[in-house]
Amino acid sequence: MKQAILAILAAAVFVAAPSAQARVRIDITQANVEPMPVAVPDFIGVDNQAPGLGRDITGVIMADLDRSGLFSVIDQRAYVEKLTSVDVRPRFADWRIINAQVLVAGEVRQTPDGRIEVATRVWDVYSNEQLGAVSFKTPADNWRRAAHKVADFVYKSLTGEEGYFDTRIVYIHETGPKEKRTKRLMIMDQDGANSVLLTDGLNYQALTPRFSPTQQQITYMALFDNRPGQVYLFNIETGEQEQLGTFRGMTFAPRFTPDGTRVLMSMERGGNSDVFMMELATRRLTRLTDNPGIDTSPTMSPDGRRIGFTSDRGGTEQIYVMNADGSAPKRITFGEGRYQTPVWSPRGDLVAFTRQYQGRFYIGVIRPDGGGERLLTESYLDEGPTWAPNGRVLMFFREASPGAGPSLWSVDLTGRNLRRVRTPGDSSDPAWSPPLP
Amino acid sequence: MNVKSSMKLIGVVGLMALAAACASKSSTGPDVAATGNTNGGVTSGAVTPGSQEDLEQNVGHRVFFGYDQYSLSPQAQATLQKQADFLKQYPSVSVQLSGNCDERGTREYNLALGARRAEAARAYLVSLGVDSSRLTTVSYGKERPIDPRSTEDAWSLNRNSTTTIVNVGA
Repeated sequence: MKQAILAILAAAVFVAAPSAQARVRIDITQANVEPMPVAVPDFIGVDNQAPGLGRDITGVIMADLDRSGLFSVIDQRAYVEKLTSVDVRPRFADWRIINAQVLVAGEVRQTPDGRIEVATRVWDVYSNEQLGAVSFKTPADNWRRAAHKVADFVYKSLTGEEGYFDTRIVYIHETGPKEKRTKRLMIMDQDGANSVLLTDGLNYQALTPRFSPTQQQITYMALFDNRPGQVYLFNIETGEQEQLGTFRGMTFAPRFTPDGTRVLMSMERGGNSDVFMMELATRRLTRLTDNPGIDTSPTMSPDGRRIGFTSDRGGTEQIYVMNADGSAPKRITFGEGRYQTPVWSPRGDLVAFTRQYQGRFYIGVIRPDGGGERLLTESYLDEGPTWAPNGRVLMFFREASPGAGPSLWSVDLTGRNLRRVRTPGDSSDPAWSPPLP
Repeated sequence: MNVKSSMKLIGVVGLMALAAACASKSSTGPDVAATGNTNGGVTSGAVTPGSQEDLEQNVGHRVFFGYDQYSLSPQAQATLQKQADFLKQYPSVSVQLSGNCDERGTREYNLALGARRAEAARAYLVSLGVDSSRLTTVSYGKERPIDPRSTEDAWSLNRNSTTTIVNVGA
């Protein structure tokens, strides 16, 4: 499969940023954030070019902002002022009167080379100041990404953190009866648009995909009928894939290291599973654990110094953290029940996990030193968290009740804003991409 | 990736359908299910000796495990003893042991747990004198339940090691 070449150019910010003190700002670390009222009038089609496109772009921006839970987009029918140019100061009183705090004004024009240019200004309606301005040029059929870039810009302008809207999700698309399920790799934009199947599902079930942090590449496990499952690399742009080494035992639970040069995974030998690391350039394999217990689901800290993993060496599944060379493993979970699938936050401050306790499953987070555990979700089966690249949102899969098919859900780190992610059919094992280039 | 022949695929599907039909007859607990699958030692005249059908109807092709366990119960050991006798009776037969788990665990851990279950069955057969070159293992984790329901009964059935004939000799 060929993906469109990613061709957004960030143009110069065309007005200087205002003083920092005046800024409206959302503190997204607080547990009870009142959504900020934002007005997003349809982006103006310059010279009546592409009027429908302006509306489409606005729709994507509004949906991104709304889904984040940090913004409440005011109904366009309430807007008083009709903007005619992104370069004219808005009448702020007209936006205050509808209780907007922030106005996102934009326009879209066609450039002589056949591309589109999307220009945006973010205004603080109360201080009458511009919070920021940005412009993107891109091929016309890439307009959704331009819209996501605008939403990311708004998010960063108001929270101070990187946005996560211009990202993708790879996950497992499931069809057929449970006893004979077809499981295929599927990729989509973060908002559910542009779903594409990556594997045909004929000869194997695809499981547990993870994005490379540095390349348009996925690692996943292929589960076969008649030989042990194996870890594969899949190039998203070319569709080419290759088995990661040739082993008699099963290899599974792959995950890239944060620098993208190595893959951590479990390998099974004689029925026992341990954690290994493979250097991609040389295919050199290093054993990191050697324990009669099951060691799996490895995840490396962003600074590359530590590795978290699941082990049942103490009797039940718990999360351990060890040095990157495999030394000094230390158990960090001590609550009741079973802790599995640790995933280190891209910010480094937390590890997300799946916890199983008394017939229920939870997604939670804990500090790497074992303190500060918080449970964010609960259901019949909540499994397999993945972090948004800014470390503020988690996605996971859920079977809401016995027998219910799996679906994708997202939740804020605060435990708020639990939402189902729109996908075509049963879906599991989501993996969030890094920010797109 | 290797492309498996369509013949092989149909064969596997057929076996799985058969297995599901078998399993749905049993109801309570792993050990009862194990006994149910052995069919009480009644021999059917229409079955080809040494075939998968023979194994399933007259020997028992599945052993069952407790929750998050991979130790072999006395019933599981008895079934494996019969499998060992079967394999000695038909020395050209090779089998695959596939380890399976119920849905009450994560994918990755269950893949590891399924491997332990298949290995437990394999090691026991070897201890009973079956040549290890005739035995291969695979783990399906929680991905191939034989009973699709989300009940204790179904989970008991889905925690198993299943023996499948992969080769009836050259």
